[in-house]
This record gives sequence, C-alpha cells and structure tokens, in this order.
Amino acid sequence: MKVDTAVHRPGHEGDRGGAGHPAAGLHHKDLLGIADLTVEEILLVLETADAMKEIGARPIKKVPTLRGKTIVNLFFEPSTRTRTSFEIAEKRLSADTLSIAASTSSVTKGETLVDTALNLEAMAPDMIVMRHTASGACHLLSRICRARIINAGDGMHEHPTQALLDAYTIREHKRRIAGLKVAIVGDLLHSRVLRSNLLLLKKLGAEVWIAGPATLMPPGAERFGVRATCSIDEAIEGADVVMMLRIQQERMHGHFFPSLREYFTVFGLTVDRVRRAKPDVIIMHPGPMNRGVEIASEVADGPYSVILEQVANGVAIRMAVLYLLAGGVEESS
Amino acid sequence: MRILLKGGRVVDPGQSLDAAADVLIDGGAIVRVGRDLAPDGARVIEVPAGLVVCPGLIDMHVHLREPGQEHKETIATGTAAAAAGGFTAVACMPNTSPINDNAGVTRFILQRAAEAGLARVYPIGAVSRGSAGDQLADIGELKSAGCVAISDDGKPVASALLMRRALEYAGMFGLPVIDHCEEPTLKGDGVAHEGFHASSLGLRGIPGAAEEIMVERDVTLAGVTGAAVHIAHMSVRGSLRAVRAGRDRGVRVTCEVTPHHFALTDEALAGYDTNVKMNPPLREAADREAMIQGLVDGSIDAIATDHAPHHYDEKRVEFDLAPFGIVGLETAVPLALDRLVHAGLIPLARLVELMSLNPARILGVTGGTLAPGAPADLTILAPDHHTVVDPARFKTKSRNTPFGGWKLRGGVAATIVGGRAVYVNDEIAEASRFGAAH
Amino acid sequence: MPIVMDEDRIARTLTRIAHEIVERTRGVEELAFVGIRTRGVPIARRLAAKVTEISGHPVPVGALDITLYRDDLMRYPVGPQPLVRSTEISFSIDDKKILLVDDVLYTGRTIRAALDALIDFGRPQSIQLVVLVDRGHRELPIKADYVGKNLPTSRQQSVQVRLTETDGSDEVTIEDIERS
Repeated sequence: MKVDTAVHRPGHEGDRGGAGHPAAGLHHKDLLGIADLTVEEILLVLETADAMKEIGARPIKKVPTLRGKTIVNLFFEPSTRTRTSFEIAEKRLSADTLSIAASTSSVTKGETLVDTALNLEAMAPDMIVMRHTASGACHLLSRICRARIINAGDGMHEHPTQALLDAYTIREHKRRIAGLKVAIVGDLLHSRVLRSNLLLLKKLGAEVWIAGPATLMPPGAERFGVRATCSIDEAIEGADVVMMLRIQQERMHGHFFPSLREYFTVFGLTVDRVRRAKPDVIIMHPGPMNRGVEIASEVADGPYSVILEQVANGVAIRMAVLYLLAGGVEESS
Repeated sequence: MRILLKGGRVVDPGQSLDAAADVLIDGGAIVRVGRDLAPDGARVIEVPAGLVVCPGLIDMHVHLREPGQEHKETIATGTAAAAAGGFTAVACMPNTSPINDNAGVTRFILQRAAEAGLARVYPIGAVSRGSAGDQLADIGELKSAGCVAISDDGKPVASALLMRRALEYAGMFGLPVIDHCEEPTLKGDGVAHEGFHASSLGLRGIPGAAEEIMVERDVTLAGVTGAAVHIAHMSVRGSLRAVRAGRDRGVRVTCEVTPHHFALTDEALAGYDTNVKMNPPLREAADREAMIQGLVDGSIDAIATDHAPHHYDEKRVEFDLAPFGIVGLETAVPLALDRLVHAGLIPLARLVELMSLNPARILGVTGGTLAPGAPADLTILAPDHHTVVDPARFKTKSRNTPFGGWKLRGGVAATIVGGRAVYVNDEIAEASRFGAAH
Repeated sequence: MPIVMDEDRIARTLTRIAHEIVERTRGVEELAFVGIRTRGVPIARRLAAKVTEISGHPVPVGALDITLYRDDLMRYPVGPQPLVRSTEISFSIDDKKILLVDDVLYTGRTIRAALDALIDFGRPQSIQLVVLVDRGHRELPIKADYVGKNLPTSRQQSVQVRLTETDGSDEVTIEDIERS
C-alpha cells in the first residue's frame, strides 16, 4: 500500500509536484480492521485528524467535503459514545446521516443481516458504519455491499477507530508511540479494543504488555508479540500508558472470575497501583467504565486520566477516516 | 450379464493385490480376479492405461438430510453425489427430521435409496431416542431394519453411563457405536478451533481438549465393556494418542479422519468464510500433521467425509450463526489422491484400505475387497486426471465447500455398483466405455 | 526548464507588491494576510513582514488549507484523497481587510474554495487577492488585485514555484506536462 505522490488534478495547481500536496489514501474500499492498515496509512489517519480537530474549534464547525454523501450508521449493539461520535463527525463533513438502532428495525422481525444490508444497499448509501455482535460481520457486509464499510466494532474482533483515537491521544501527550511501554489490562479475551490496539501499537513500535486473569487470556497470546502476564502490577511497572478494559458482569456466569469484588482487588486500577507507573503516565479507558470494578473512581477522575480527551479525539479521528475512505478506490484492488 | 474388465491395474489390499489383472463379473457379482481370464461370452471392457480398478469406495460418514431437510439434500441427490465422488456405498447418520431412531425411518431411507438406484446406503441408527441422550433407542429393532451402526452424531453421547450401556447393548448385536467426541461444557458456544487464529479473529474457541477428553472416555468404556467403539471425524493429536494407547492394550477402537482435516488448518479461517466452519473445526498445524502421520502409519483406520450439506441461505450469515458443516463426497477422492498419494505419503493400496476395506470391516458390510461372490462394486480411479473443483457442477444439492477452485490431480473415471455403472466421468474420454449398454 | 523568475526577481517583486498594498490601503491596522497552503503561506509571511516594516504596523498572518472545500474531491472514481493539512487562523477575521495570498493563479477554483472557507470563519470587511504569478486560463470570474508577474502559458505547460521555506530555493519555472 504505497502513498501516491503528486496526482494531477486539473484546476488545483497547488497539487502538482514537490512538497506540495501529495495525494495519499487508504487503498481500501473499507476499514474493517487495523490488521489491514500499513504504518503509513495509520500515520496518514493521525495526521489528517490534526486538521480535522481544528474544525471543531471554529465557530462554524462544518466543511462541505462530504456534501451530498449518504452515510448510514447501522448499530446492532447499543452505543452512545461511538454512535454519537460518528454522527457528529459525519455532520461536520456535511454528509447526510442516518442512524439505525437494530432493536427498532426489522431485525427484530427476524430479518437476516444479509437482507438488512441488501435492502439498505438498494437505497445506495455511500458508506455504512456498522457495529455488530458477531466477529466478521463487517467482512460479510463488505462482500455484499458496494458502500464503503467502516467497522465500528464487530463482536470480539476489532474496533479500529477506537485504536486510532487511542493512538492519537497517546501521541498528543507523548509525541510518539515507538518505545513506549503500554499496559492493557482487563477482559482481554472478549475485547475487540484489545485486538485493535495491540495490532496498532505493535505496528508503531510500542512495547505492549497485556494483563488479565488467566481465564481471560486469549489463546495464542504468546504469538501476538506482546508480554502477557496475570499480574497487573508487573504490567503497570514503569508503564508510560495504562489502558483499562471494561469487565462485563455477564462474565461471572462463564466462571471467568468469582466476583466483581475479587476482580477489583486483584486487577483493579487503584491509586496505589498507579504509583508503580511512570510519573507522567496517562490512564486510558475506551468506556463505558465500571467504576470500582476495573478502575477506581479516583483514578478515572484523577490527574493522569485522559479518558475524556479520548472521547473528544474520537470525532476528529472519525472525520479523518470518513474523509480518507470517501476517495476513489483503485480498480486494481 | 457377464462383464470382463481387462488389463487394468487392480489395487485390492484385501487380497494383497496391486498388479495388472482382469476382473470377471457376472450377474452383479464378482466371479473372480486373475490374469488373462477367458471372456467366455462376457462383454469385454479394456481398462485404459492409467486408470486403476479397486473395490468400491465406502464413505462411512455422510448426512443425507432426508427425511426432513430436503432443501439441503435428498437421498437421490446425495447418492448421486456419492457415485460422482467414486463411492459405491455410504453410511448415513441418523440426525434427520425425524431422527432415525426407529425401523420406520430406517426402512424409508432404504426405500429411497433403492428408488434412486445409485450408491448403496447403509443407515446408521440413533443411540438414544431422538438423539436426546436420555434413553436408549430400540437398537435391536434398528439392527433388524438394516442399520449397520449406531450414533447420535451431531452431538456426543454426553452421559458416560449411557455410553457404557450403549456399548454393552449394541455390542450384543455386533453394532459398533460411533461417537461424535466432544465434551459439551468445554465446547460451549465455540465456533472455531481454540488457538491463535480464532483468537485473532475474535471467534469463540473449541479447545482440542474437548475432543480428546471424550475419546479417552470412550476408549476406556470400550475397554471396560469389550465392545467396539468408532471415533467419528477425529481431528486432534491427543485423540490419536488415546486411540493408539487403547489399541495397544487391546481395546476395540477404530477411528476416521475427514479430508478437510488433512488438507486444511485453522489458518483458513481468515476472512470468515462460513464454508470453513465445521465441527470438529479445522485444527492447528500440529494436529493436521498428526492426522497425516496416522494415515501413513496405519493408526487411523478410515477416511470418511462427514458430508454435511447446508443450503446457501443458511451459510450466508455471520460466522457465529452459520451451521457447522461442509460437503465432501465429490472432493474426497481428488484430495486424497493429490494430497496423500501424489504427495508421496501413502501408496494407492493404503488409500483403498482407508476408503474401502476398513470401512467395510468396521461396519460389517460386504465390499472392501473384490472377493469371489462379493457384489460387483468397483471404483475406477483416474489418478492422473487433473481436475479443478467446481461447486457449480456438483451433483449434491448444496455448495458449501471451501475447495472451490482447487486444482487437484486425481479423480474418478467411473463408479460401478452391482455390475452397473452408476457414474461415468464425462471429462475423461475413455471412461465412456464403462457406461455402455448392459 | 526555463527560469522565469529568479531569487532576486522574486524578492523585488514581493517588495513592490508590499509597497502597492501599503499605498492602496487606507487603514493598514485592519489588514490581515491569509496564505493558501502550501506555498501561499510563506509568500504571505514575507509580504506581512515587509508591510509591517514599511508601515510600522504589525500585520497578522494566517494559513488556510482549502483541501476540504475543493470542488473536485469526490468526482474522481479512481485515486486517493489529497492530503489535508491544518488551518491556522489565530485571529478573528471579522471586519478585517483580508489579503488572500497564493503562489499561482490559474483556473480560479482554488480561490473559490478559499473564499468558501473564509466565510465560515467570519465576516471580513473585504477580501482581496494577491498572487505571485497569474498564468491565465480562468474558469471562474476571479481576478487578482495584486499580481507579481503575468505569465501567458498554454494548458500543456505547468508553472512551478519553488520557495526557500518549502523547497530550499526561490525560483519560478515553466515545464511542459508529459502527455499521458
């Protein structure tokens, strides 16, 4: 996936040659996961997000770029944060947006994902942003729809825009990602945020540690190229970044751990535990948080927490992704 | 009607034969196999050079879906697929709708098979009523009606007590119990092999241990009861270890492996193609290598396809929701010839053992060898015929295969049941002579 | 690659434009430069410095990226998006006399996009256009108020502006476009 230089567009002289405006893109029809992105493409998204962030600081928070484009947000899982973030991003780019929460649509009447997609496709949306409970659901949609598919979280597989905004947030504070010690702690097994972040951080050269109960350790973890441990203390020791993942209450029924109380004692991020990290550590969480389960309130609201910044950056990142994906796709792919 | 198949390479490990020979057939039965047999009024068919004559192949694990799921397959289309795949007989699993747990369903299946008049069908009856795992089915009745084994395939016999009783009881009738080995709580809601690939793709895992534990259990129970147990679609190296250990101490255990388990690994999961979803799932490389080793060294007894047709709509869903299973009748022989024989791993004689002789012995049915008096069931193999797997041309009703587009060396020229050609491969010019008028 | 303007010529041209601006503007304290990325920005900065020097009034400079306002973004079925850079206008443009600065004026579409962008930032008193080179072939009713050099060209040619801040040296050249 190379970054093209100097594509000639008649009428815009500034694009031609030298250090002007090299045309660059995500050479994909869809954004299904970090797994498909090269380092150059990741950096391009982050760089583009810088420009997009500035738009949010203007009095008129709008640019005409995606005017006339129709974007459907198809959410099969409830989500306030991610869906709103995408909606705002889409509106700032002047796109026409439409959000479908699956529980209110024909899915409850038993319509399959494929049929839902084909019906949508018939109305010719330009992009579909989908969150679904099944891993690989976006891959299925991508095979069926001409629209560009953006994965807003598929089952336990990936949540690429989350990892991108996390990387953006880290870079804002640390200037770089290579060489940082990043600890990701929590329900690793079921987390799509883990998988996307792990892939992205490794690609950008971070030293990644993952920590969680042995029962929630993903099989084959040793092949992910990370340090895996069941000790949160070991993972947090000297960390530059600590990322906490949420624990779902339902996991208690699968015998993954005995109780939330015990989980907090063994794996919760307390103020004491934070002291083991570097003095300028940043604490992250994709949300929504379970206060007192994976993270103590004092830490979530404390001086090291960048959790709310993550949310703010989400809009800029998603604007960047929408913009970059909206360009043409080369026929050769 | 007398037929003389003249001058072909006859591979019949049951008679320790792998040489040029003639096969004399009369009235649908083998008269004898020998050199330079006199035609004596028989219609002479010269076996073309390069083709191989062997005892009819038997697939001891298929799902014919009729009664009840005819949208996926019928006995007519399934036996046509079997014949096209080179199989003169198949043993069909009882997880139809209704379950084959009584003589009525068994007789229905046999009748449909007779109407189709293609491959022979040997029904496998259920272990428990409705395959619910609660009470034994009327096994004696099933045997009388024509069942050759019992199984609750699709599910394991979860209760150790029930499995023990089934072994003891079925043992009285000389019926092997075929178990789909899987510990249900470990399998849970898994959809793919628990390992690095499923982990990366966010798919819930089915640990190899789930199979291994049940195999160990079944081997122990077979030892305790002295009865015969057959491990269906074995896929994990730990299972093979348990089978070998059991055999070493005299337990009557046999086992089968599917072609997809020696041809693919869980790496194939990338992309979430539901045609790669089956149970037991595609395993990791070390398991596949162990299965191949078992095929080579004799510790695995049979290759069986676990042919499991599913309608296109049913598979065109999210990976989690798709039903388990792929079709296999029409790809088994090319895969076996290409990946095992031509790869230099096993000789052709061993292939015939795995796909004809041993299945016949395990199920206690005629065939497996071209003995005088046996039904004239033969498969004419074309080991050097290059084929490209084209699901659109399958005779099976369903298209759920991961092998579409595979270029394989090896195929079937003709399939003969009871002296009559039930399939002739129109891609092979010389094969047409096998199909001429009787 | 004929050189149309060398370093010396560029410097004198900018000086001349700066003087013209000061001469023609009543109320230099209301002036503000906005350079269009990429090369309009260093030109704007140089002009601002000179105007400040001549008039004694500090004149603010902003940088405007017009990529997101282009009229040709989604029209191409093939090809990736142009790179977006950030816009930095740290002052209010309300009631200011904006001098929009670009290196080359050609079809006028870039300027059209820049006007759309500026309007989103506020309501200036006026907007005037400064360009280093005007090469003709306008496709929209756009004209420059201050021109460094008028350069008649054909459509088969391209004008390349190089500046020390972006390219290491100052020169303006004309090249023939390769026919594809």
